[in-house]
Amino acid sequence: MSDAAMTRPIAVGAIDTRAVGWWAMWFLVFTEASLFAYLLFSYYYFASQAQTIGDFPPGGPPSITLAAPDTVILLLSSVAVSWGQFNIKHSHNRRLLFGLGLGAILGIIFLVVQYFEWSEKTFNISSHAYGSLYFTITGFHMAHVFVGVLILIWLFIWSWRGYFNRVRYAHIHIGALYWHFVDVVWLFIFFTFYITPRLT
Amino acid sequence: MHGDGAKAYPVVGLTWLVLIIAAGVVVVIGILLAIAVFRRRNITPLLLDEKMPLSHPVATSWITIGVAISSVLLLIALVWTAVVFADISNPPRKTAFTIEITGHQWWWQVRYMGHSSDTILSTANEIHIPTGVPVKLELKTADVIHSFWIPALSGKMDTIPNQTNTTWIEADKPGIYYGQCTEYCGVEHAKMRMLMVAQPPAEFQQWWRHSLQPATPPKADDARQGMISFVVHCGSCHTVAGTDAMGVLGPDLSHLASRKMIAAGTIPNTPAYLSGWIADPQAMKPGNLMPKLELTGPELANIRTYLETLK
Amino acid sequence: MADIYERAPRFAAEDYESSWADKLKKIWEGEPGLYGWISTVDHKKLGIRYLVTAFVFLIIGGIEALIFRLQLSVPNAHILTPEQYDQLFSEHGITMIFLYALPVLTGFSVYIWPLLLGARDLALPRLNAFTYWVFLLAGIFMYVGLAQGAGANDGWFNYVPYAERQFNGGPNIDYYALGMIFLGISTTGASINFVVTFLRLRAPGMSINRVPIMIWGTLTSSAANILAVPSVSLAFFLLWLDRNYGTHFFNVDSSGQPLLWQHLFWMFAHPWVYVIVLPAMGIVSDALPVFCRRPLVGYAAVALATVATMVLGFGVWVHHMFATGLAPAALAYFSAASLIIAIPSAISVFAWLATIWTGRPVTTTAFYFFAGFVLLFVIGGVSGFMTASVPADWQFTDTYFVVAHIHYVLIGINVFPVVGGIYFWFPKMTGRLMNERLGKWNFWIMFIGFNLGFFPMHISGLLGMPRRVYTYSANEGWTALNMITTIGSYIFAFGILLLLINIFISRRRGRLAGPNPWDAGTLEWSTPSPPPPYNFAVIPTVASRHPLWEDRLGEPGRTFENKGLLLDHGKETIGTDPLDATPNVILKMPEDTPTPLVLSLAMMAFFFGMLVHSWAVMIVSLLVIGGSVVVWLWPRPELGETAEPADV
Repeated sequence: MSDAAMTRPIAVGAIDTRAVGWWAMWFLVFTEASLFAYLLFSYYYFASQAQTIGDFPPGGPPSITLAAPDTVILLLSSVAVSWGQFNIKHSHNRRLLFGLGLGAILGIIFLVVQYFEWSEKTFNISSHAYGSLYFTITGFHMAHVFVGVLILIWLFIWSWRGYFNRVRYAHIHIGALYWHFVDVVWLFIFFTFYITPRLT
Repeated sequence: MHGDGAKAYPVVGLTWLVLIIAAGVVVVIGILLAIAVFRRRNITPLLLDEKMPLSHPVATSWITIGVAISSVLLLIALVWTAVVFADISNPPRKTAFTIEITGHQWWWQVRYMGHSSDTILSTANEIHIPTGVPVKLELKTADVIHSFWIPALSGKMDTIPNQTNTTWIEADKPGIYYGQCTEYCGVEHAKMRMLMVAQPPAEFQQWWRHSLQPATPPKADDARQGMISFVVHCGSCHTVAGTDAMGVLGPDLSHLASRKMIAAGTIPNTPAYLSGWIADPQAMKPGNLMPKLELTGPELANIRTYLETLK
Repeated sequence: MADIYERAPRFAAEDYESSWADKLKKIWEGEPGLYGWISTVDHKKLGIRYLVTAFVFLIIGGIEALIFRLQLSVPNAHILTPEQYDQLFSEHGITMIFLYALPVLTGFSVYIWPLLLGARDLALPRLNAFTYWVFLLAGIFMYVGLAQGAGANDGWFNYVPYAERQFNGGPNIDYYALGMIFLGISTTGASINFVVTFLRLRAPGMSINRVPIMIWGTLTSSAANILAVPSVSLAFFLLWLDRNYGTHFFNVDSSGQPLLWQHLFWMFAHPWVYVIVLPAMGIVSDALPVFCRRPLVGYAAVALATVATMVLGFGVWVHHMFATGLAPAALAYFSAASLIIAIPSAISVFAWLATIWTGRPVTTTAFYFFAGFVLLFVIGGVSGFMTASVPADWQFTDTYFVVAHIHYVLIGINVFPVVGGIYFWFPKMTGRLMNERLGKWNFWIMFIGFNLGFFPMHISGLLGMPRRVYTYSANEGWTALNMITTIGSYIFAFGILLLLINIFISRRRGRLAGPNPWDAGTLEWSTPSPPPPYNFAVIPTVASRHPLWEDRLGEPGRTFENKGLLLDHGKETIGTDPLDATPNVILKMPEDTPTPLVLSLAMMAFFFGMLVHSWAVMIVSLLVIGGSVVVWLWPRPELGETAEPADV
């Protein structure tokens, strides 16, 4: 490596995808994705034992009346956050604030709808294996959405204080990465609980 | 490392094969290592004193040759494993009958599945089989996971809740084969043993017919008293066929006196041990599920006497 | 506008004696006293702390074993009750496998990684402090259980349904379950730290074919942990729900699936076996060649074998479940896979052998440990090969044969390289050499005690002695073997005691080491011993695999040992491109902070809240957890995280 290569000007601090936090968040996402993979593995393990444990899910596939629109809401929140991320790269702080705020509100709406979905269920976590799986897996996901909403709120506060601009926005990208993960993983959960029982 | 049946012989051979390969590898590598260390040993006590020149011949052929030889050994083991695995998966002949063995904390319930419910024979911890015929085993558990193992006759098979595992077993020679639980199952895992008694077919048939008979009521007074006490104190957990003792929590004792061991194959079935066991099971097998009963001296003696009549 | 966020670093030569070095020292030095102790994020202090803590757990686990070996030394002994025995053997396994074996390797890696890579710290120094504290507190959490007589009592793999409340009423398993989830946070965090450090903090020029094997070992283990630890954390969480909230995952009264526990556990725990040996094998691959006076034979093959072992290691978990009645096709596949995994291990063994054979071995104590390790590795390896053969395994499994195997793996492939690593790096860490004479005694006593104690276990296993029995009867033919095993284990323990004595004496009175007492070739030996707080006066530019041996090996290029990047605008190190290691950012490193400790204490409180079902404790600790995270992540100008330009 030549001396000249070593002495050209380079960026200082937490910059875009060169921030170590961005890399760390990717690996946190990998480990969280594994966690959900093991959760869903447990679901399918039980589903594969249906001949010994009876109807799975008991009473047929769950209704998608609430879950399907809720999925759309969650995806829209990712779109809103992405839009904010795109805009801070051009130092449009207000648009960033709008994207983060809208993302957080949609996330909260998702949680509220999930609450109604939960309260409609005729079984609880200790009723049977399916109930244990349903409430544990969606509960895990809701906890993640809740943390994600908190992250969006803090990013909103920090953006409000004018901490970020078109160069220094690593926090936004790192937090948003988590939020997108939480949204994408919901698609797998939705597919598992609401679609696969209809496929057989 | 010793086997006495159609299922055990191929496994003994395989075990010797892998053992010899393993030992051979250790010896060869050990010798190479020793030569390597002593061949060009540097006598300088510490590097600090002298900087050694470095030279490094390329030696990757070591890896190529070493891995090639290892692969051949692995392949041999793999093929042999597959052959033995296929060999013992199914019994060589049709199985004579089925024994259902259920693991309990910490004893084995044994049921010979006859052609009708009248001919189901229940016993515990001592499993009789005829020699020279494969017998099918259905392994279950009443509580936690146990593992069934008769070292000289059959490898391990776990008993899993909500699941029935089947395997088979065969003994060529008459004799007593010891076995034990090998999956940790609680405080008395160590004392969850069993006996497998292999008998010539005629002798086995005799044992079987005898064991199907209900107990004959005792004639002697003390034994009769013992029977009454037994039904009152022990009957809610134990069964003696033909009496009011019909409990199912503990081992079936219908023919206890004919068994060689008590307390799941861990204590010789002698009058002294039997008394000691009834008086205080927790002393001999602490934590086991048989409670210490407050029996008077005569009650204890009578119960013991009664149990000894259960040939 | 962009240029206010950029800087061209100076590129020059500076050494460790200059006024430059004084300036760096002032920047990097932590505060003295207790506050400095609890708030440090220095990888060297944390690495040593990891090592010491892991050794304390090794000693505790060892004492547990010495107690129950007395119980097993003669038939029908009454030294322990069955319940005491069960807690001791369970805690022994848990301590050694989870609280010693990986943390000790993490300790080495935390200490040595930045020095091997030419960096000034790990990528995430605060995370490093946090994972240390969580490790310590999780260990304490589990031992609180034992202290109140409620230690884990279902062995380290904790099979259900015996671990369910129905059969196991006390809080024993709750302590274990929650403790493992807590510990998993530490393991995962440390793993992420290593992977990111590998990708971003290698010195300029350190392309991936120039990193030491130890880096490959820890990297592979870390990647595996990121994927595998959630499995066991989840299993323990589901078990905790079963035990406390009546769910139906593993219980037997309705539709629970006890085998699901075994799948989730072993999908984690088999990779874990490689996690706790690969970095140790890496230590040998790097340090053994130093004493053979040549580079490692087959660097690329060994590096690839390390990765291949782990990839295959994810596909063999069912070999722990051969006796559970699975389908024959599954058994056949897992049996074959378990045999094939021997091949990468064979590559490493022959690489080490060839290195010794074609080298000029210098028989230091560290060399003794590494050479001894090679033999123990082979013994532990071939007994593993034997158990991969399904029908044979139906005889071996759950007997003392497997106990022997696991100890040859854990002691042979972990403890021996670790002790060798201590003899090797002790001079770097303390500036003083350990006593060689005592070291030789140390080696021979450990080596003889170990083989005397653990080799006979193979035989007692073949004679049918099941594992996890608190006693046995005199007529089994196991009596003499068990007595020998007990004697051997005490001799081995005495060997460990000699090691501690040697450390204790040499720390004050050992011969001064200088920067490079072994004339080794990697970057850590270019710094003074012990290294200054900033590690490197200038960030080196690496030109080969053995920067300090370049003259003699005639390797192309030259590492500018002292000429390099000068970074002194606060705590800084260089961030490089993941593939070819060209500099692409100057990273601002965080100052010391007590936040990681506060966060980990709050987490411990949260787990105690879960244990006793106290919502109040859980909510309060969650608030503290949230608050500490916000403080931790608050964007700081001095870290270059905000629009306000830092001292560029």
